[in-house]
Amino acid sequence: MKTIRTSIIGFGAVGQGVAKVILSKNEYLNNMGIDLRVVAIADSKTAVIDENGLDLSAVLARKLEQGSVGSENIGGTEIIKTVEHDLVVEITPTNINDGGVGLGNMIAAFEKGMDVVTSNKGPLALKYCELEEMAKNSGSQFKFEATVGGAMPIINLASETLAGNKILSMEGILNGTCNYILCRMMEENAPYDQMVAEAQELGIAETDPIYDVEGIDTACKLVILANAIFGMNATYKDVSVTGITKITPEALLLAQNNGYDIKLIGEVNGSKINVSPKLVPKDNPLAVGGTLNVASLQTDISGPITITGRGAGSIETASAILSDIISIYKD
Amino acid sequence: MRVSMDLELKDIPGQLLLVLKPISDFKGNLVTVVHHHEKRTPRGTIPVQVVFEIKADKLDDIISKFEESGVSVVSVDEKRYLEHGTVILIGHIVHTDIQDTIDKMDETGCAELVDLNLSMPKIDCPSSACLKIDAVNKEELNLVIELLKKIAVEKDLLVIEPIESELRV
Repeated sequence: MKTIRTSIIGFGAVGQGVAKVILSKNEYLNNMGIDLRVVAIADSKTAVIDENGLDLSAVLARKLEQGSVGSENIGGTEIIKTVEHDLVVEITPTNINDGGVGLGNMIAAFEKGMDVVTSNKGPLALKYCELEEMAKNSGSQFKFEATVGGAMPIINLASETLAGNKILSMEGILNGTCNYILCRMMEENAPYDQMVAEAQELGIAETDPIYDVEGIDTACKLVILANAIFGMNATYKDVSVTGITKITPEALLLAQNNGYDIKLIGEVNGSKINVSPKLVPKDNPLAVGGTLNVASLQTDISGPITITGRGAGSIETASAILSDIISIYKD
Repeated sequence: MRVSMDLELKDIPGQLLLVLKPISDFKGNLVTVVHHHEKRTPRGTIPVQVVFEIKADKLDDIISKFEESGVSVVSVDEKRYLEHGTVILIGHIVHTDIQDTIDKMDETGCAELVDLNLSMPKIDCPSSACLKIDAVNKEELNLVIELLKKIAVEKDLLVIEPIESELRV
């Protein structure tokens, strides 16, 4: 049995999802020869540390009751620097402007030669190559399947399962919020504002939805895919971005009458990285509804490969984090 | 463009070659050949239908070659536009000189707007339009959509084009 001491830095919805998944999959992990021991958890204000392994149920209960994980006044970066462990699960809120605390946490982890698994897009969209380089130099494993498409395993699919194929291009729907809004506008023949309000009420869209609806979130994910799958040296400024705010119900109706849906499509094709609303034939595998995500990879020997799945949600994102952890430590 | 021809051949050996060779010589791409040997005409000739793709300016040369070699051309049906594309536009489509937008697309000569469906819900609100474009081939269809995107930037319109896999050559 291999003991992996890990920290969970960031304990919002996804962080709690990770704790729940580790709890429920404990036996499964043990059968794979992995003893995953969470030694530290930090949220935005507090932290809890136990080098012998934390009681995750107790931490989850305390977070639910009191809104904080513990009483220790120590930040995530401090934990990485001072508490002896092997793996940092970095899930602080994403920051696309400067990478936020997540970037500092990843750098601190690599400086200590620790492995990092993350769902935090911001640092990767800004500094992918630098982070990859640091991880390589320190001998750290760096996995980030959860940054793109939630439960949908696109990065590992391209890099491992489809080994031997050259991936020629990719197009897909990488933002469930936009997909929900466009689907509902089409179904109800309703204006954009009304369906954004509905999505906010259901918790599908944020109070400030700009990050999703202007295509910024999709663009960040494309940058990660362009680097991780296509070996490009791309950053956010290389993406041309058009969001869905100008889409009218009339346009959706016209599209529908001609056999099309309008979807916010992200694509990486040659050197072009592009996010824009596009016409998707109703019988095309990309025409998925609701909050689903979908991606189609064009490969040289396997032809097109399309996967779809839940692109968001705490347990779904946690599942991608778990699969990354297993892929690092399984024998 | 794609051409469909009804021909009549003499019932002697080697006649089909007189049809196929000029098509090949002028770099045409043969799609189908149907040789109706059992439907001999009262004139004793054999009807043959051929469909091929050819550059528009080479068609007359091919027909001349057929006539020179005694192949009689009964009918010629050309279909210039092989590709059909759909694009949606959103914005002040009419007030930004819709005639100019259409003319610029048609002027390319290789593609043209064949259908326009316009929805104008309220004065001062953006309109939405569905454009159907016919083009000689996928390359030209892509070019005319690129042109439309350029025009759209100038006129502050949003172009919603088909996904890449639909337009792939």
